Amino acid sequence: MDSQNIMFVILAVLIVLSSLATVMTKSIVRAATYLLFVLLGTAGLYFLMGFTFLGAVQVMVYAGGIIVLYVFSILLTEGAKDETFKRKAKDASWGLLLSLVGFGAFITIVLTQKFKAQVLTAPVESTNAVTSIRSIGDHMLSTGEGGYLLPFEAVSILLLACIVGALIIARKR
Amino acid sequence: MFNFSTISTWLHGFLTNTCGFAEWGAILTESILVALVIITLYAVFAIALIYMERKVCAFFQCRLGPMRVGKWGLLQVFSDVFKMLTKEIITMRQTDLFLHNLAPFLVVTASMVTFACLPWNQGAHIIDFNIGVFFFLAVSSIGVVGILLAGWSSNNKYSLIGAMRSGAQIISYELSIGLTMLAMICLTGTMSFSEICTDQYVNGWNIVRGHIPAVIAFLIYLVAGNAECNRGPFDLPESESELTAGYHTEYSGMHFGYYYLAEYLNLFICAGMASTMFLGGWAPLQITGLDGFNHVMDFIPGAVWFVGKTFFVVFLLMWLRWTFPRLRIDQILSLEWKYLVPFTMVNLVLMAVCVAMGWTL
Repeated sequence: MDSQNIMFVILAVLIVLSSLATVMTKSIVRAATYLLFVLLGTAGLYFLMGFTFLGAVQVMVYAGGIIVLYVFSILLTEGAKDETFKRKAKDASWGLLLSLVGFGAFITIVLTQKFKAQVLTAPVESTNAVTSIRSIGDHMLSTGEGGYLLPFEAVSILLLACIVGALIIARKR
Repeated sequence: MFNFSTISTWLHGFLTNTCGFAEWGAILTESILVALVIITLYAVFAIALIYMERKVCAFFQCRLGPMRVGKWGLLQVFSDVFKMLTKEIITMRQTDLFLHNLAPFLVVTASMVTFACLPWNQGAHIIDFNIGVFFFLAVSSIGVVGILLAGWSSNNKYSLIGAMRSGAQIISYELSIGLTMLAMICLTGTMSFSEICTDQYVNGWNIVRGHIPAVIAFLIYLVAGNAECNRGPFDLPESESELTAGYHTEYSGMHFGYYYLAEYLNLFICAGMASTMFLGGWAPLQITGLDGFNHVMDFIPGAVWFVGKTFFVVFLLMWLRWTFPRLRIDQILSLEWKYLVPFTMVNLVLMAVCVAMGWTL
């Protein structure tokens, strides 16, 4: 075990425990907070692999955006009584079934895939192992080989549609 | 120019060769050392800033400020710190205690990680990714979660209103900060803090190189930065006359102290980022043609330059704070969304045109 793998184990334990806590807790604000730890742990995994851009996006979009949005909407809608709904046995059995199916699919993929590396090795920022912001930008805005201009523009149209929709919902009547 | 990496390579060699540490052991020891240094600096700068804030505020209001404890009141802040440390942390009934106790740590962690992004000297960058600026913006947004949780878990409607106002304000003004930084990234062509500083050392400070768009970006950054720190004319999340103290009303002892620390350090971080992006970071003042002057300036270490510039920007922000009256929440939000955001977007395009046409100095 070198330091990379020790860090991986720490992060993995954090992620697993926080995700369990997210679904087990009764309070919805607490669930959002535990989810924050899951997402931060995932960002930590990206940083560990040297994908600093992906890690920063994870922190910015999920921790800074989605979780804030969750907490905001919880604060605006429910107030002090934030207990999640009383779980009925029927709902719980459906949930259990669905999660078992998901778990089975996940385990099959993990066991059938052949992963490249058995252990993590420390990435070096200067080599090509770590994608720099410049190459990401080049790929994002190029139409040639390995270019992502079309999906990029499609996503921006989606965002535009969301903004227009929000304006229509929020407009003064 | 003094390069800090000589010290860090010497330390690494000392730990691996002389003390016989393994590579990871040496890195772990160095990380712990760096963390201790950061925490100490964090506290020291907070004390310096609180003293400065009181004195600057007093002089703007034609008062003397703290004068009793120590010469010129120099020991006032230390005695305040000890008072804060000995205070009881009150636990309340009917609140979510776990979240209530967690919230200050989220705020202070976010501010400490962003504090570590600052370029202290040549070779003394603690967190230096090639996406440095983006990482800085991402981590600073975690603090909002802490503020919202603090307001919610206090089970107090004034705290909740304060938290909502603060959250709305920080999320809005993050947009201007991101866009002004994008304009400067457009000028430097890199997001890594070390490269931004080196670039300014070689080619001159960004605010001079980028002339008109850079000055506009600097002014907008100062306004948005003041709002981001919940200070100045934008301090209505904790407007004492209507909301008691905003989201940290129910906190006592050191938990309140963390918010206090984070508030002042966010001011320092905001000013430090302004000095990195616009005023050259650790780069000394260089004037082309005056070689003797440049040589003398090179003898002053980068850390002195960085801290000096940062305190200059801190003074500007305090001046702003104690000059203008407080805004209303709708005025704050319309200032951001109707004026600053369109302005920064036009400014970004202007900067891009300047860079593309080669109109930079």
